[in-house]
Amino acid sequence: MADTALSGVPHTINSIQTSYMAQVQRKRLYGGLTLLIFAMLMVSGFVVADDRNAGGFWEGLHQIGDYPADVLSEAWEKRAELPALVVKYFPALVETINIAAVSTLFGAAGGLVLSLLGTRGLAKWPRLIPLFRRISDVMRAVPEIVIALVLIFVLGGGPVPAMIAIAIHTAGALAKMFSEVAENADLKAIEGLASTGATWSQRMVLGVFPQVAPNYVSYALLRFEINIRASAILGFVGAGGLGYELRNAMAWGPGRFDEAAAIFILLFGTIVVFDQVSSRYRNRLTEGQGQ
Amino acid sequence: MTAVDLNHTKFEAEKIFQRKRLFGFAIPAVILAYLTYIFFAFDVEGLAGRANWDNAMTLASDSWSHKVHVTRDNRSGEISYAVEGERKGRYPEGERPTWVSGDEVIVVDLGGDHIVRYLPQNRTEIEIPDFPLIQVQAEGRTLTSNLPADLPDWISASDRRIGITTPEGRITLTGARTEVFNYFAGWELFWFTLDSPYHGHGITSIVFGERIDPTRSNIAGAVSDWWNNAMWRHKDVAWAIGETVLMAFLGTMGAAMVALPLAFFAAKRFTPIMVVRAATRRLFDFVRGVDALIWTVVLARAFGPGPLTGALAILITDTGTFGKTFSEALENVDQKQIEGVSSTGAKPLQRYRFGVIPQVVPVLLSQILYFLESNTRSATIIGAITGGGIGLMLTQAIQTQKDWEEVAYYIVLIVVMVMFMDWLSGWLRGRLIGQKD
Repeated sequence: MADTALSGVPHTINSIQTSYMAQVQRKRLYGGLTLLIFAMLMVSGFVVADDRNAGGFWEGLHQIGDYPADVLSEAWEKRAELPALVVKYFPALVETINIAAVSTLFGAAGGLVLSLLGTRGLAKWPRLIPLFRRISDVMRAVPEIVIALVLIFVLGGGPVPAMIAIAIHTAGALAKMFSEVAENADLKAIEGLASTGATWSQRMVLGVFPQVAPNYVSYALLRFEINIRASAILGFVGAGGLGYELRNAMAWGPGRFDEAAAIFILLFGTIVVFDQVSSRYRNRLTEGQGQ
Repeated sequence: MTAVDLNHTKFEAEKIFQRKRLFGFAIPAVILAYLTYIFFAFDVEGLAGRANWDNAMTLASDSWSHKVHVTRDNRSGEISYAVEGERKGRYPEGERPTWVSGDEVIVVDLGGDHIVRYLPQNRTEIEIPDFPLIQVQAEGRTLTSNLPADLPDWISASDRRIGITTPEGRITLTGARTEVFNYFAGWELFWFTLDSPYHGHGITSIVFGERIDPTRSNIAGAVSDWWNNAMWRHKDVAWAIGETVLMAFLGTMGAAMVALPLAFFAAKRFTPIMVVRAATRRLFDFVRGVDALIWTVVLARAFGPGPLTGALAILITDTGTFGKTFSEALENVDQKQIEGVSSTGAKPLQRYRFGVIPQVVPVLLSQILYFLESNTRSATIIGAITGGGIGLMLTQAIQTQKDWEEVAYYIVLIVVMVMFMDWLSGWLRGRLIGQKD
């Protein structure tokens, strides 16, 4: 009895070891294959992209510094005028920030409604949850530039088309994040409110909002950072603000590089400042929630 | 609790409530004031004046319909028939739409008893129900017509140009040419252009029917004619979408590969030297702060327009974002696992590989996959600026301001592409790090 048990031990260990090694081997093989496929995709993708680009990667690599150097040297020569230019383009910067702020406000409001209507347990019409989710999916999927270009055609250039375009995308993106937060909201408060005869909107405002507000504000702030960048980019296609001025300054080429430099500085400074401020505030919001 | 304490607490509570109440009113008031300021700053009032509702109408109707032009060149007397008035959509010699008849007198039946007749000597007759017969004579650059001075608002007339808009179609007359636009629902020539032998054949007659073009098999010929369709450019569109996805893929993955090693330098746990850490973090902040727009502009100067420029712009910007999040993830790794690995005598590289990487991979992967989807959208926008991918095709189609059905087609494709990438990244996330919901 004891003998058989003892003689069985090495056998078991051996078999465990071989099967473990076999598993490790197989895992390594799969891992290696995945890595190989990934590397092949990267290399072939790079070759295709390089092939379809106007200038090649290796010819262009040493020219990367040329344009910034040109801009910087010209800006340095005319450095005395730089403060005046910064002041000149400040209104454009304000417009860019305004576009981002208003679209974040409207987008957050839209995202709020969409998220509450599309979350299980909170929705006013539970049967329509899939509909509201699809609506926010589509709103999220449409790149801002698509709506902006179409609206520029109808409404003419200016801040409003960009604002609407960014707001629509923001509403879709925030609806998804908001509803992820709302899903974890405690339903007891809502049940309590319902027992007192509160309407749907009262239940949402008094029962859900206080639970989710810190996260919602934090997501909205993050979106605001993203929207500043988006509104600068949309300006480049004709929607006003700093991007529009940048395109004009660039179209002039050498001789107006000081203006381009002033715009670069404004844009860079704004993005960094808002990033820092909002990330500090967001940290405070989410940390405060943990306590 | 004494009465003094209670009073104090009461007072405190009262103060908090007052503050809450103040906020409850102040925040909406501030937002309202801000929106009022925006209303004037953005000149929303003037917007109604600037808006071009005709453009909106053309956009809305053209995106799901097409028009066939019947054009008479008044100098040569030649009559041509073309879909959307484009050379690529022209009917082959000797063919014309079924709603056009007559040889000496060309009769264009727009439907609903609206009939246009092209008579010899550049004369035109237009029959519209409940309106007297319109007769126009073109001579040189001027037009003479029997139109009364008092015109309904669907006719605009001068001695140089007459435009008539009816629900059935549009007619424009100038000295040089007479044109009739007949509108139909649907995207015409989506499958085959008029010069393809497969035009007008259904799917069953192509797959199962007799050989239509004697030189090629039906399926191969049909696929190649569809792929090379000059009107809808399916081949170019497919390439453009491929380019956009490629930009997003190369940019995201490249950024992750660059950011991962750098993130170690920015994490306190792995880099005790303050200067190195601070330098790496400032580098991340810098490339993130410069933003994709400026990177695109700068890189386009060096590499020229194309997908590579877009991919590199995404790569550089996202290196900053990834570097930040990766280093935060690295800060939060559990030291115990690393100690366990080093207790077996692992060298530093092995410690990273088996002690650190397994802990952070789920965080990194979900971040990367999320960015893959969002960068597909960015690549569309960057493509419009730098000149590559579906973004460029869309901007071009919108700027020419006539192919709205193509614009609608591209928009649908872009939305489908982004939703597909969204689904793909969710699916990959589920496969690689386990489904969360």
